[in-house]
Amino acid sequence: MSEKMSKEEKKQARKNRKKMKAGRLAKREAITGLLFITPWIIGALMFLAYPLITSFRYALNNIRITPLGMNFEYVGYENFTQVLLSDAEFPMQLADYVVSTIISVPIIVVFALIIAIMLNQNIKGKGFFRLIFFLPVIIVSGPILGMLNEEGAGSITAIDTQAITTSIQGVLPSSLADPISSIFENMVTILWYSGVQILIFLSSLQKMDRSMFEAAKIDGGSGWECFWKITLPNIKPMILLNIVYTIVFISNNEQNTIIELIKTSMFAGTQEKGYGYASAMAWMYSLIVVVIVILFAVLFMAKKDVYEKQVKKAKKAHKKELRQLKKIERRSARNAKKNARAGRV
Amino acid sequence: MPKRTQEQAESKVRDDGSVQIVTPSGEILIKDKKQITKDKIRKFLLGTKEQEGFLKVFIIYALLICIGFIYIYPILHMVSTSFMTLDDLLDQSINWIPSSFNLDNYKQAATSMDFWGSFGKSIILAGVPTICNLISCSVIGYGLARFEFPGKKVVLGIIIFTFILPSQITMIPTYVLYSNMGILGTIWAFILPSLLGQGINAPIFILIFWQFFRQVPKVLIEAAQIDGAGFWKSFYRISIPSAAPAIITVSLFSFVWYWNESYLTQMYVAGVTVKSGWTSLIIQLDQFATNYSKYATTATNAVTNINESINMSGTMLSILPLLIMYFVLQRYFVESIDRSGITGE
Repeated sequence: MSEKMSKEEKKQARKNRKKMKAGRLAKREAITGLLFITPWIIGALMFLAYPLITSFRYALNNIRITPLGMNFEYVGYENFTQVLLSDAEFPMQLADYVVSTIISVPIIVVFALIIAIMLNQNIKGKGFFRLIFFLPVIIVSGPILGMLNEEGAGSITAIDTQAITTSIQGVLPSSLADPISSIFENMVTILWYSGVQILIFLSSLQKMDRSMFEAAKIDGGSGWECFWKITLPNIKPMILLNIVYTIVFISNNEQNTIIELIKTSMFAGTQEKGYGYASAMAWMYSLIVVVIVILFAVLFMAKKDVYEKQVKKAKKAHKKELRQLKKIERRSARNAKKNARAGRV
Repeated sequence: MPKRTQEQAESKVRDDGSVQIVTPSGEILIKDKKQITKDKIRKFLLGTKEQEGFLKVFIIYALLICIGFIYIYPILHMVSTSFMTLDDLLDQSINWIPSSFNLDNYKQAATSMDFWGSFGKSIILAGVPTICNLISCSVIGYGLARFEFPGKKVVLGIIIFTFILPSQITMIPTYVLYSNMGILGTIWAFILPSLLGQGINAPIFILIFWQFFRQVPKVLIEAAQIDGAGFWKSFYRISIPSAAPAIITVSLFSFVWYWNESYLTQMYVAGVTVKSGWTSLIIQLDQFATNYSKYATTATNAVTNINESINMSGTMLSILPLLIMYFVLQRYFVESIDRSGITGE
């Protein structure tokens, strides 16, 4: 009997709780919000989660295409080892890609920053210069860059690139020298990747508070100091954004030979190459790209602001002091007790 | 202000041309003509606190013009070469300006590329996914900005991650998926992912809309809801009209990026092994040499062999539509990043 009662009570309580729940509107909002992003959820399952898992499965198999469908043959890590050890081109091109990306990303970002700072000065014809520096954004695509580089329009004629490349090749080992000299040969088209970045920097520079600079100038700061201590810390998030954007852009550009290599080996139709082999390549390539992005992000975030450091230091010192104070208090209390006991005895 | 004038040095021109200056502290300085002109020149070149020096301005202009020239050098080279005849190309004395205004290269390049046909297909291939992108990304961005629901941060994290992840890793299973669905080689291979928020660079567009809708005052939407507007209605009657800059930015960039995409277009729509009817100007340019030689052998009238000028005219033709669009809509392009709110307010 009593058990039944308690059950009913529980029911009642549950009902009450339901009524009492404050978040009904919030719940409805949450459901509507989920409804709004349902397209994305379906898309992510269909074009992200499913392909990711499947491509990993492909990478572990040797796939042959027969009239009846795909024929899987489990080979384990063989595809990966084969790509790394016996492929004629992939490891070398991957190394080239890594070296040239690590070198060209800072070049592009620093160049964009310099141009943005110059455009941010009080000059006439700002709109015209912005127009010029943004122009490449609409032109950069693989085939066009390929055509321009092929015809030698991609290099700076004023600088003798031949001299630079030969001197580089004399100093460095060829695995490093080749990507570097190719960067110098196609300098202009590499700088062309910086259109969006320039505008991102420019617009964040323009949104900075002018009064900070005025305050710094009154305190006697020079332009140089203002740049390092005010401008740079302020646009730091934008620098990271631009670095990530640049890496992603370089990786997805058709000028990048690796992605062409993946495509050709996908449709190679030979015994050992095919979907599985290409999937293994794609996995390794993607991992490398993600690692490069993380590397740059960590390198960039690790360097903390001077002031942040000082604040941290001060906090630490403060804590230490507090601890010592407590210690002294405790010790004096103990001593007092001891003394009292001694006095009593 | 009046305090300032009081403190300023009083100066008086003496008979012999030198100037007597009384500084605020009461000192009397006498400067002769030579010193004054020296001072003036110095002021003019290096500037004062109030005004930029001529030297600095001059250096900035010179640098900007030089870099700007280098920047658009490939385009200038392309334009000038595309008008040259074979004789002009071989003539050492002709560098920039061709001896005659020659349109033959363009005619031949255009016929070999099937310019008008490819142009129309390019517009469809870039335009339709752009519209789909606009619809899906605005809805998703609104869902993320306006509603609170569990797992929102995870969704945002995945969106950023998909931006970094190269498309090659999901490419092979997606290719198989499309071929199983029977949409390989049709425009649906572009429409479907962009409708589900997974199109080319869709993460950027979602984030732009997200950023933008967050700035729409919540009070406005709540007021509309009190007046009886549902979630959907308050989305397309209030939020969409106030997001015009974001819509412009997204549609421009989406169009340009889809137009310039050749890797995925070739893969999914134009076909790698079996050619479908779809093509675009950029793909035509990618296969320019083979197309041109095919055209040259089948043409009835005499056709010159492929040379630098014809290559450049082909390149010019494939970017001409975008160039025209850029110069017509330049304001929207250049201000797009300012308005998209990526750089914060």
